[in-house]
Amino acid sequence: MIINGVQIDETFAEAFNMRGTRVIITAQNLKWAYHAANAMTGFATSVIGCGVEAGIEREMTEEETPDGRPGVSILMFAMGSKVLMQQLETRMGQCILTCPTAAAFSGIDSDEKINLGKNLRFFGDGFQTSKLISAKRYWRVPVMDGEFLCEETTGMVRAIGGGNFLILATSQPAALAAAEAAITAMKKIPNVIMPFPGGVVRSGSKVGSKYKTMFASTNDAFCPTLKGATNTELSPEIESVMEIVIDGIGFDDIAESMRVGIQAICDLGETSGVKRISAGNYGGKLGPHHFKLHEIMGGNSL
Amino acid sequence: MTQLTFTLKQPLTHSLDCSQLTPDLLKGLNINQIGAIALHGQRVSDLFEMSGDDTENIVFKNSSQFFDNVGKNMTLGSITLEGDAGAYLGFGLKNGTIHCTGNAQAFAACNMVSGLLKIDGNTGDFLGGASSGLRKGMRGGTVIIKGNAGDRVGDQMRRGLILIEGNVGDYCASRMIAGTIGILGNVGEYACFNMKRGTLLLTKLPKLHATIQDCGSHTLPFLNLMFKSFKPFNTQFSNIETKRVQRFVGDAACSGNGEILLVSHSS
Repeated sequence: MIINGVQIDETFAEAFNMRGTRVIITAQNLKWAYHAANAMTGFATSVIGCGVEAGIEREMTEEETPDGRPGVSILMFAMGSKVLMQQLETRMGQCILTCPTAAAFSGIDSDEKINLGKNLRFFGDGFQTSKLISAKRYWRVPVMDGEFLCEETTGMVRAIGGGNFLILATSQPAALAAAEAAITAMKKIPNVIMPFPGGVVRSGSKVGSKYKTMFASTNDAFCPTLKGATNTELSPEIESVMEIVIDGIGFDDIAESMRVGIQAICDLGETSGVKRISAGNYGGKLGPHHFKLHEIMGGNSL
Repeated sequence: MTQLTFTLKQPLTHSLDCSQLTPDLLKGLNINQIGAIALHGQRVSDLFEMSGDDTENIVFKNSSQFFDNVGKNMTLGSITLEGDAGAYLGFGLKNGTIHCTGNAQAFAACNMVSGLLKIDGNTGDFLGGASSGLRKGMRGGTVIIKGNAGDRVGDQMRRGLILIEGNVGDYCASRMIAGTIGILGNVGEYACFNMKRGTLLLTKLPKLHATIQDCGSHTLPFLNLMFKSFKPFNTQFSNIETKRVQRFVGDAACSGNGEILLVSHSS
């Protein structure tokens, strides 16, 4: 398949089951909501080293947030519910409780609940108070800037992580510019995040390594400087590859974000330096969710 | 189906226990079976003109202050009193709606668990309190009083919301354990006496005893949530827009952590 001069490989992205949650962070203004959300979603690029993958989903207006202040919604994903609960509580305590004027609320309904402020309340040392408002329990914890307001729990849902595509370009600036265009388009899609820095990964990995202690290592088949030294996937003109990884609440959410991202790159045209779009997979043996690029771009899977 | 209506034939001179006339207990009964129910030795059909067949929506016409225990332990449906109500209106109410267009006597919403109780007029003492011998009063639900309430509003109240547009008597929120009471009018003496936790939202500062301590004025974001939750009840509380309150905490005499939030009412 070729779209506007860009080749779309007949391959698929292989994704995994995850557990996810959404938290709404509000503050006195957007600046401080972002400070809180950026801290909370910091060091959360990959479950391999960070425990969770997290990112800012979108901004929310005063009309959309529970307490009528500006805010942002964040999504957080982990491979299991236990890790997600641990990471959420830790990050809430260190990043939201500490951030001036910030408050946190559940952003997703589910029968499965995980703690948001349920244990953080004990920071109040007995001065904390709860309010049951419209069947939801909130905790008011006295802090030095006033009160920290936090909903007791948020919902936890089944989610998918590891949707991805690769951008193969004739130069590093070309690959990065295309990735930025894709991320700009993909950020408009709800229920997904791109957890890596700026939404883009340069260090795609393969499973395993020559070193016993490493269970993942550089994806040498897509490393342009190893074209002559390994079983490469790259043609001679490719000098740089960038990857975009997507986690989302549902299959269709990820597929739609991949579609708009790839389309944004294709819209740049062949002259942008982008030659191919590919995807990372493990032969279909590890992840139950397969995002087939041709189906996504042809609209057959949506 | 039309609402089941009980119209009082003759004015009462004594209390009448109406606890058997709830949607729960009348469910599945026809009008003859309902008429045969005995209340204090008198058949319902002797006391009331009856019409309609929807037992989930009950209306009492010409109701009086002698109608006790209306809506007792109700779990579904609605009861409307076109007139006054006696003591223990909505006693142990677990779900559904009770609306009294007149005044109600003491112990309204006593032991209430959930649901909505609305009184257009005034009510007596111990609104939302506990029945004799119990240590917890109202445990949930919402009570709207358009008029005034007597002494001991929310005595030992455990959870829930009481909104009063008028005045209240002495010992408001006494021994309160948790929950929220809002009052737009005047509050009598000894408010928050032995209060453990909970919130008393006021627009006029009453005379406070020494063990209620002033914590200063603050802007509290949670008030946005609370005021938003008041909107569906169509009360004058919806006119409150400020998040700025003066906070008092007590009752220090019992190491209490309850609070009075004094707002400036801009209705």
